[in-house]
Amino acid sequence: MIAYYFKLSLLSLRRNLLLTGLMIAAIGLGIGAAMTTITVNYLMSANPIPHKSEQLFYVQLDSWDPNQPYTEPNEPPDQVTWTEATNLTAAKQAKRQSAMATSNLVIEPERAEQKPFIASVRLAYSDFFPMFDVPFLYGSGWHDSADQDLRRVVVLSKKMNDELFGGEDSVGRNLVMAGTTFQVVGVLDSWELKPKFFDVTTGAFNEMEDVYIPFLLKQAMELPSSGNNNCWKPFEEGGFSAYLGSECINYQMWVELDSDAEKADYLSFLHSYVEEQKRLGRFPREQNNRLSDVMEWMENQEVVADDARMMMYMALMFLVVCLLNTVALLLAKFIGRTPEIALRRAVGASKRTLFLQHIIESAMLGVAGGILGLAIAWLGLQGVSGLYGEDTRGLAELDLTMAALAVVLAIVSTVLAGIYPTWRTCSVAPAGQLKTQ
Amino acid sequence: MLKMTNIKKVFRTEVVETHALRDFSLHVKEGDFVAVTGPSGSGKTTFLNVAGLLETFDEGDYLLDGQSVKGMSDNQLARMRNEKIGFIFQSFNLLPDLNLFDNVDVPLRYRGFNAKERKERIVQALETVGLGSRMKHLPAQLSGGQQQRVAIARALAGEPRFLLADEPTGNLDSAMAQSVLELLEDINKAGTTIIMVTHDPILAKRAGRNVFVRDGQVTEVTKAAELDELVQKTAQVGG
Repeated sequence: MIAYYFKLSLLSLRRNLLLTGLMIAAIGLGIGAAMTTITVNYLMSANPIPHKSEQLFYVQLDSWDPNQPYTEPNEPPDQVTWTEATNLTAAKQAKRQSAMATSNLVIEPERAEQKPFIASVRLAYSDFFPMFDVPFLYGSGWHDSADQDLRRVVVLSKKMNDELFGGEDSVGRNLVMAGTTFQVVGVLDSWELKPKFFDVTTGAFNEMEDVYIPFLLKQAMELPSSGNNNCWKPFEEGGFSAYLGSECINYQMWVELDSDAEKADYLSFLHSYVEEQKRLGRFPREQNNRLSDVMEWMENQEVVADDARMMMYMALMFLVVCLLNTVALLLAKFIGRTPEIALRRAVGASKRTLFLQHIIESAMLGVAGGILGLAIAWLGLQGVSGLYGEDTRGLAELDLTMAALAVVLAIVSTVLAGIYPTWRTCSVAPAGQLKTQ
Repeated sequence: MLKMTNIKKVFRTEVVETHALRDFSLHVKEGDFVAVTGPSGSGKTTFLNVAGLLETFDEGDYLLDGQSVKGMSDNQLARMRNEKIGFIFQSFNLLPDLNLFDNVDVPLRYRGFNAKERKERIVQALETVGLGSRMKHLPAQLSGGQQQRVAIARALAGEPRFLLADEPTGNLDSAMAQSVLELLEDINKAGTTIIMVTHDPILAKRAGRNVFVRDGQVTEVTKAAELDELVQKTAQVGG
């Protein structure tokens, strides 16, 4: 019987191609607009490290101004000071831990024909690589002894290795950066996190860094800071060391904890640490320590931009308007078919049977609208890429899940839109129609 | 076989009530060919719609094939229409997009027959009405008389116990009307009970039994002269 309904639906859709085309266009436009914005939001809010997002925690301590919170109502700062970054990492109270910072350094390529250029640098501890499951093409991260020994070692991104060494295995080779020779210990495989959850303070969708070096080299080499650097208290004169010893926040701190018990223990450790710092005259505010897992941190930092969310709501409203148009068109179509429905009722079709037949017709329209919507969404995403360029790389792409969602959304929407016209049509008294035809 | 007892059917709007059938009683036996005549608005079509389970009624009792139809669900009524009743309408009511084969197929689809059985029944029904060679034609390619024959084939394909015909020759010229009527007579002779609503007394006289409906009530007529007299009287009152 279902095959029969499909055959009847096809006949019906072919009967008035203009009306059918209008309905498919209305659904397609609505779905296309909705899917464009849903895709961007979906990719923005995706879990970037699903298998261990609940074991990775961002550390916040409230070392801020006693007279006003970092953010109202009483949010602790979103980064830590150099003192906390180094102390907490050195304490090794978590399974893994790494403070991080960013910098921009000049690289002097080996090849004479290549000019020196500025590369983006991430400073981190050795735990950074296993903690975030960083994929390696060649070599590996540095050993933890390299952190303390201030060894000049570097891990290159795949792109940087391609640029500097033509994509060859460069492990063991030297690289001159900031006037210092570093030894390459590893080359990353392709690694694009969207969002770049481990540091969202300068933008969750920024590009990944070109090179990675030990965190403590910042102090040893007096490397310049980049990213957000906020201070609530002027620091004493004394150059770079004074800056590092100040209350300025510029560092991200992550720990890996495998269980709730470990999390509780770590919070307890943070409490003790802050108490100790208070005794040293720091941390003038009340204790306000936080451990946020990856998704909590994304939520806290509002990674999905408000305007993107607003765009999505507007697109969904547009979809509703398109569907209301579809309801009107379906109503016109189905009402025009009441004599046929009356005849079918007379010869033995129940209301339920006819309802199913018309719902199948609506669903077929939904499939066609969904396919058109996919094409429109693809064009829309190309437009987003064109407008916002590199920042949206990886965000403006339809994956299989979203393509399937587009078709399912189109079918469900159209079936819902078809319910009222179908009900109206199937409720017509057949006797009157058969007489008046 | 079809027994209506004191059927009452009232159509209500906000301002007016129309009593279409009042104490309408009729008993049709198996194999009857009953012609129902009466002036316009007398309730003929309402009777046919109630008999065909296309309309409900307000009071009285209606037994179809020994089964009371009162209180049946939409599904039960649909099933009963499909299995026991065949309809023939004045305007044929063929589906214009479907060829003759598919038009006759419509009631069989809802019956749940398999493809082989449906095909056998369709071919046989179309051959019975003399259109076996035109199965792939669309209704628009046929004359009015041929279209009505297709409608009869559609009604016959499910082998119903009753054929309910509402002015089956109303849209046909006299030659075509004659041929359709002869076809109905043959079908009746083969054992199918037919109830035919018509305003044409000449056609009505061909039926084995005549009932005259006026003001929603039945007057049984036994002689052709009585029918003429009733029709004449009604015409005078109306004129």
